[in-house]
Amino acid sequence: MDSIKLYFKYLKLNIESQLQYKASFIMMSIGHFLITFIDFLGIWVLFQRFGSLKGFTFPEAALFYGIVHIAFSITEAWTRGFDTFHKLVRIGDFDRILLRPRTTVLQILGHDFQIMRVGRFAQGLVVLIWAVKTLNVKWTFGKTLLLIGSIIGGNFLFSGLIVLQATLSFWSVQSLEIVNSFTYGGVEAAQYPISIYKSWFRKILIYVIPLATINYFPVISILGKTDSLNYPSWMGWVSPFFGFIFFILSLQIWKIGVKHYTSTGS
Amino acid sequence: MDIVANELSKVYKIPKRKAGIMNGLKSMVHREYEEIVALNKVSFEIGKGELVGYIGPNGAGKSTSIKILSGILTPDSGECKVLDKIPYKDRINYVKNIGVVFGQRTQLWWDLPVIDSFELLKDIYKIRFGDYVKMKKELIKWLNLESFINTPVRQLSLGQKMRCELAASLLHSPSILFLDEPTIGLDAISKLAVREFIKKLNKERGVTVILTTHDMDDIETLCDRVIVIGKGEILSDGSLKSLRNRVSNERRLILDFEQGKNTFSIEGATLVREEKNRLIIDFNPDIITPANLITALSTKYKIKDILIENPPIEEVIAQLYEELKI
Repeated sequence: MDSIKLYFKYLKLNIESQLQYKASFIMMSIGHFLITFIDFLGIWVLFQRFGSLKGFTFPEAALFYGIVHIAFSITEAWTRGFDTFHKLVRIGDFDRILLRPRTTVLQILGHDFQIMRVGRFAQGLVVLIWAVKTLNVKWTFGKTLLLIGSIIGGNFLFSGLIVLQATLSFWSVQSLEIVNSFTYGGVEAAQYPISIYKSWFRKILIYVIPLATINYFPVISILGKTDSLNYPSWMGWVSPFFGFIFFILSLQIWKIGVKHYTSTGS
Repeated sequence: MDIVANELSKVYKIPKRKAGIMNGLKSMVHREYEEIVALNKVSFEIGKGELVGYIGPNGAGKSTSIKILSGILTPDSGECKVLDKIPYKDRINYVKNIGVVFGQRTQLWWDLPVIDSFELLKDIYKIRFGDYVKMKKELIKWLNLESFINTPVRQLSLGQKMRCELAASLLHSPSILFLDEPTIGLDAISKLAVREFIKKLNKERGVTVILTTHDMDDIETLCDRVIVIGKGEILSDGSLKSLRNRVSNERRLILDFEQGKNTFSIEGATLVREEKNRLIIDFNPDIITPANLITALSTKYKIKDILIENPPIEEVIAQLYEELKI
């Protein structure tokens, strides 16, 4: 409880601190909105040209898109401290974190919360609402819950990836680029239904970085489609939990990283 | 004893970097390491309420020692106990009891008023409200922070920032304070204010202080005891006076005269420098007492003024480093 109270205190300071530069905040938020929106226009153009993609219509694809981008915008906002963690290590400020009687995770999360990610969030939300209104889906309580669940699950999955990326910087700064491509590449890949990909790539998205579990399986369940990949239908209903489990596992690996840091000092 | 360090050793492994693409690829598979000994069986004890200077040239092992004592780093071998706890075990419970100030880094929120950072620290350390209010009031008074406590940190001068930094590290009333170059880059007045405060904190509050610095005035004005470290080993540990004596027990005499000959030959004394109507002489009191020296000088010069002092600590340290080839 006490940690949650402290987190909100951090949050308050972050917001106050970033609102010191109001113009910058507004410009950046609009910028994030526009950049991601242009991205979405690209998908629209694609569907204008081909009509549908492996049996998925444009509003259906928009649902995928909305979930992924809302989830990732939340991730970008609250795990910013981990995203830029290599800088914290390099300038030695991680030592300061170790000198305080709180967990490293809480302090790094509190260290930086990016409110300007509201741009990407708003854009994802606009697309999602449009998709929800346009699609011919009966929004039962269960389906609504699953939609929210897949956004939360997705957020935790992306957050887990960011934590893993930060953990790597205990060993090497050079490998950051590789993980970066996993995170951002993951966002790109997950905004389409995985059935459009080749089998080996699909398997990576299911078993290695389980992006499909936070997106493809729940959406199939929501849309009431039959899965062309023949996975059991309950997959959709449990899959949001995979994101959360992935996050918890990432935190365990993070702890190994911290241990490594305190024993080698590099 | 507040701090007991027993044969602490630490070796860093630094990956060797070679030029060229092929070597770069090789190093991804098989890395070669270079071993650097940061600490080699370092032992010392520091009692409650001591104010100890911990000095040495760059790369001597100062920060490694401080990191181990403050729980950031685990030693390869040896052990240490601070306040009867092992710092690098159970970090969260240990660090509540210590304060650390890094002269080169800040822990304050750059864009926000100083007081906001204090309020956050109150929650981080779970300081009881009453204790916090009392301690904050006292620190503001002692460090004279009142006029800029509501100013964003980015608008403060270096000296003001350091004073806030000190306050921030003490809000939770630690019984040990580690200071890493607290006066670096400060102007003369701020330096004096910071020193004055450290002294007061030590004397009136009984806080144990470990101070690393390159500023020998810090040592001279603050520390009763000086530990010198070089190449990962303790070279000297004792009072400032014994450190001086170890290098040389020479003292310095500055003589202002109105007139006299410029020849100089007195057993046990050497002329260091000669300025207009002034001689600067180092002498060994074991060979010639100050009284005898002055008598001898007075036969040759019409003396206007005399001052006897210890050689500056910088010279003592420089001499020690040179002697030990570090």
